[in-house]
Amino acid sequence: MEPIESFTSRVVLLPAENVDTDQIIPARFLKVTDKTGLGDALFSDWRYNADGSPKADFVLNRPESMGAQVLFAGDNFGCGSSREHAPWALVGYGFRAVISTFFADIFRNNSLKNGLLPITVSPDVHQALQARLKNDLDAEVTIDLAEQALSLPDGGTVEFPIDPFAKHCLLNGVDQFAFLLGEEDAIREYEETHPPRVQTSKVA
Amino acid sequence: MSSSRTLFQKIWDRHVIRPETSETPAILYIDLHLVHEVTSPQAFTELRTRGLTVRSPDQTIATMDHSTPTTPRGPDGRIPVSDAQAAAQLQQLVQNCAEFGIPLFELGSEKQGIVHVIGPERGLTQPGMTIVCGDSHTSTHGAFGALAFGIGTSEVGHVLATQCLIQNRPKTMEIRVDGELHPGVTAKDIILAIIAQIGIGGGTGYVIEYTGSAIRSLSMEERMTICNMSIEGGARAGLIAPDETTFEYIRGRPGAPAGKEWDRAVADWRELKTDEGATYDAAVTLNADELRPMITYGTNPGMGMPIDGTVPNPADVADENQRTGLERALGYMGLAAGKPLLGNPIDVVFIGSCTNSRISDLRSAAQAIRGRKVAPGVRMMVVPGSQLVKKQAEAEGLREIFEAAGAEWREAGCSMCIAMNGDQLAPGEYAVSTSNRNFEGRQGKGGRTFLASPLTAVASAVKGCVSDARELTEEVRPTWNP
Ligand code: SF4
Repeated sequence: MEPIESFTSRVVLLPAENVDTDQIIPARFLKVTDKTGLGDALFSDWRYNADGSPKADFVLNRPESMGAQVLFAGDNFGCGSSREHAPWALVGYGFRAVISTFFADIFRNNSLKNGLLPITVSPDVHQALQARLKNDLDAEVTIDLAEQALSLPDGGTVEFPIDPFAKHCLLNGVDQFAFLLGEEDAIREYEETHPPRVQTSKVA
Repeated sequence: MSSSRTLFQKIWDRHVIRPETSETPAILYIDLHLVHEVTSPQAFTELRTRGLTVRSPDQTIATMDHSTPTTPRGPDGRIPVSDAQAAAQLQQLVQNCAEFGIPLFELGSEKQGIVHVIGPERGLTQPGMTIVCGDSHTSTHGAFGALAFGIGTSEVGHVLATQCLIQNRPKTMEIRVDGELHPGVTAKDIILAIIAQIGIGGGTGYVIEYTGSAIRSLSMEERMTICNMSIEGGARAGLIAPDETTFEYIRGRPGAPAGKEWDRAVADWRELKTDEGATYDAAVTLNADELRPMITYGTNPGMGMPIDGTVPNPADVADENQRTGLERALGYMGLAAGKPLLGNPIDVVFIGSCTNSRISDLRSAAQAIRGRKVAPGVRMMVVPGSQLVKKQAEAEGLREIFEAAGAEWREAGCSMCIAMNGDQLAPGEYAVSTSNRNFEGRQGKGGRTFLASPLTAVASAVKGCVSDARELTEEVRPTWNP
């Protein structure tokens, strides 16, 4: 994965709370066998009419949303199903970060593995930013992962938390899979003293 | 560190191959990996790209469930898959399992079923284990005192190749339920009440351990219903300490230890329960005596209330985003604030899913519907959790009971829980569903879901509207004892 550098972007405002992964990418799009092409199905049921035409009033379809790389979301974003198709769809669309007060666990994990930054801010910062974005569609934020800093349109900067290991991997392009494969000796050692608990071929 | 440990801590400690440091998460060994068609294809592709093999195929098992049809078999005994994309995905799982040597319960085979039904059914799910699957309802297996949680597809790849996961240690929450359930109130109502209380984000970051006398007195299948929906409260895993009920359920199953091994295993499992004096990071209590049958009115599982309650009013909600959320939910559901749900007409009743499709769920539903009819205009579907559950139910005569009542009896699978296989609601239709998610469109685009217990589902099917199971069960219960 490419190392993540600091970037500046306009923001898509979608402050609904408890947006679940079934909304981010409905289940009927999960019949794919690869990761690509899901961006078009992002928020499909909110974004398109029954005939497939875009719903004019949905935020992603508004002209000012085009090209924005940051999604401003409500509390508990990404709850529900563990589908990694959710971050695949967000990244496929072009998002690089989501700002919220709170992320669901599995979604946050999945996002970090796909270079999508879950940026948690306090309810106060969230509220102020929401008010600003509502009135200023061109407002921009800057996200600096190395500094864990979110620069707000009013000139202020807030720090956001991020798992140190995920940060290290994202900044340095470290591959988590390779990291785990590097633990071969420790895994073998564990297996030598812990015989397998099951034998699935026996029950098939 | 105090020497008293929780059930969670004991399982965690047994599986850490590298402890957490300030820079790196822990590395956790996984005992059992469950695989299904929807969240695995990209993981196998990753293995191929990297030239890797599956480290331990014998600790891995696959099934087909999410996109499989539940329609009757054709004359050739096969179940027809009409959706070409689903068929290709299923075919890919066959290929992947063959290439990497993973046992597979293929569509049409006698042991196929929902991934969280087959693990316990085959005796693979055992206390003290770590279990993962690319599926958030992996929490189900925690009913056995196993640390079981859902993972993403990248992690599916990690586990296939290394049998390990990179994990941050979660916090622990005790949810204590004491007291006794009234007739007509079930395990499903306990968990819906818990989620309504803590909220759908309330358990995020925690592993929940369910304790208390009401939990102890539940059967294994009821405990699975509880742990299954832990994720709907945001918790990746739910746990119940193993006890005699657990051991009796596992004993004799194909994957269970036998002979001397069995005695050794049980002695070990007895050690797992939370020590006296161990502490949790958070605690919640509920009184089972006070619980009524529960139902959801909104578009997430936390929007639940007692069946005889009234739909909340957005005007009473102070927070703007929360108020908008509730308004939106009621708009989607077509419900008026302040009105009761009882009597709301319904179109479909779905009995199934990894929450409520096991034999005891089907027995209790059959017992309640026996001698009654599904109301005109209502479509009721009964979808067993596995082919073995289906066979057992048929042997006990449950199929006849459902069919005599006018319900459809289907092949095993996820079906209308996720609506990937053609079993789905039409836009605007109302369903009382025993599944676990009432998100917008979850059971079909535009479909509206009321989550409830199998008893509430039956009561509603019979009356043709949202109904109170307590009225039905009082009348019917004494007449039949399978
Ligand atoms: S029954 Fe529903 S919740 Fe359970 S595994 Fe299948 S789709 Fe997921």
